[in-house]
Amino acid sequence: MNAPADNIAQYNFAYLDEQTKRMIRRAILKGIAIPGYQVPFASREMPMPYGWGTGGVQVTASVIGPDDVLKVIDQGADDTTNAVSIRAFFQKVANVAVTTETGKATIIQTRHRIPEEPLRAGQVLVYQVPIPEPLRFLEPRETETRKMHALEEYGLMHVKLYEDIAQHGHIATTYAYPVKVEGRYVMDPSPTPKFDNPKMHMSPALQLFGAGREKRIYAIPPFTRVESLDFEDHPFEVQKFSEPCALCGGTGIYLDEVILDDRGGHMFVCSDTDHCEKRQAEGHKGPRMDSEAGKTVEANQ
Amino acid sequence: MHLETVSVEGGLADPVLNAQSIFRALMDAMARPGTCPRGFSLPSPPAPLSPEAGAVALALCDADTPIWIDTALREEKAVAGWLGFQTGAPLVREPSEAHFAFVAEPGNLPALENFAQGSQEHPDRSATLILQVETMTRGEVLRLSGPGIATTATLSPRPLPRHFVEQWAQNRARFPRGIDLILVSCEGLTALPRTTTIRKEG
Repeated sequence: MNAPADNIAQYNFAYLDEQTKRMIRRAILKGIAIPGYQVPFASREMPMPYGWGTGGVQVTASVIGPDDVLKVIDQGADDTTNAVSIRAFFQKVANVAVTTETGKATIIQTRHRIPEEPLRAGQVLVYQVPIPEPLRFLEPRETETRKMHALEEYGLMHVKLYEDIAQHGHIATTYAYPVKVEGRYVMDPSPTPKFDNPKMHMSPALQLFGAGREKRIYAIPPFTRVESLDFEDHPFEVQKFSEPCALCGGTGIYLDEVILDDRGGHMFVCSDTDHCEKRQAEGHKGPRMDSEAGKTVEANQ
Repeated sequence: MHLETVSVEGGLADPVLNAQSIFRALMDAMARPGTCPRGFSLPSPPAPLSPEAGAVALALCDADTPIWIDTALREEKAVAGWLGFQTGAPLVREPSEAHFAFVAEPGNLPALENFAQGSQEHPDRSATLILQVETMTRGEVLRLSGPGIATTATLSPRPLPRHFVEQWAQNRARFPRGIDLILVSCEGLTALPRTTTIRKEG
């Protein structure tokens, strides 16, 4: 795309050939029509290894157009390797505008986080999924898990959650926490922290999931019920953090622990870098920014 | 105009970017039943295949997707020729073998259950029907609810297949099996995925 016009070697717009895009587009439409059902698709080899988001990249490549604004996040951050390389990939092969601001993006490709800023109608959230089958670690045979989905036989998943309670006294699953979509299909929300599960419920944005190695695409349309599995006496709960973000002072958001030195010094900061930067720009300050160069906080710890 | 010329002409001016714009309209429509995206690029297929129906065909159909066309479209030989040349999709006689069905006269459509419904294990192996309607706003008012719709939405397409609301209730009850509908008119396109519940207004 960026090459001179007389240069023979040019990629098709958004890298994939048109027949591949049509195949993926048909799978996306079927996925939207059957929320939570994993649609098999003929995943292609991409110029990056499996595990680097080849499924998400193929979905984004099939959806994206010249008017789109793309944001890519990796564990909530815009500036980590995976996010930077996928963003650069689409700048090169589709020549699209990119952003780090959640509000300005029309397509957000994500690895394992949902932005803190609420998504709006018209936005598309594309998840990179390593293992789309929520029952896979309970039943390794595809023929069996397919039958279990067909018969809506999800008892095994509840047994797994119950065993958590029996062993740990609470449901110890903290990421890839299984959800039930529109009261029918049990779905793996990809390894997002369970903190993000409530954001999937009745979201105004369209959510698409791509698993490249496992060759599955699935979707949650906007305004669709997404319930995290739980028990009456052990209701679903999200992680809570005792400290605010050390940089922006935000609470009620998902935090990452950052190790500061080899003497046990650490701090908790927003995993969503865009959210944190925006809050800091608005003048919010966390405990670490209040103290001079953070010395006081470190000494207290 | 010769039959051969009709087949090779009337495709998309920019197949790559135009197909993307058509698909985005389709994806938005499927994700938000009741909305009617428009403004996508249109081809010029031979009548009675409408430009909007032709756009859907060019965006989604190829050699991997057998197509069924209704009698009105079959009677005009140029339509099969155009679809064949532009998409490479094989035409099938049996509705149950088709991945996509193009319908110029929805009022004469065979019952929805004659089309591929998918199986309980593979509900995605089902047909998508593209119905050419005259209007989306001046027919009987249908109230829609389900995934993609915040509370309720309305749609007033005309004409529709016979006993449409009853047929659709049966289709909805077959979930996760069932067919999906795409309605096209000069007002744009709209979709009714199998999850949408339809009630007659009043």
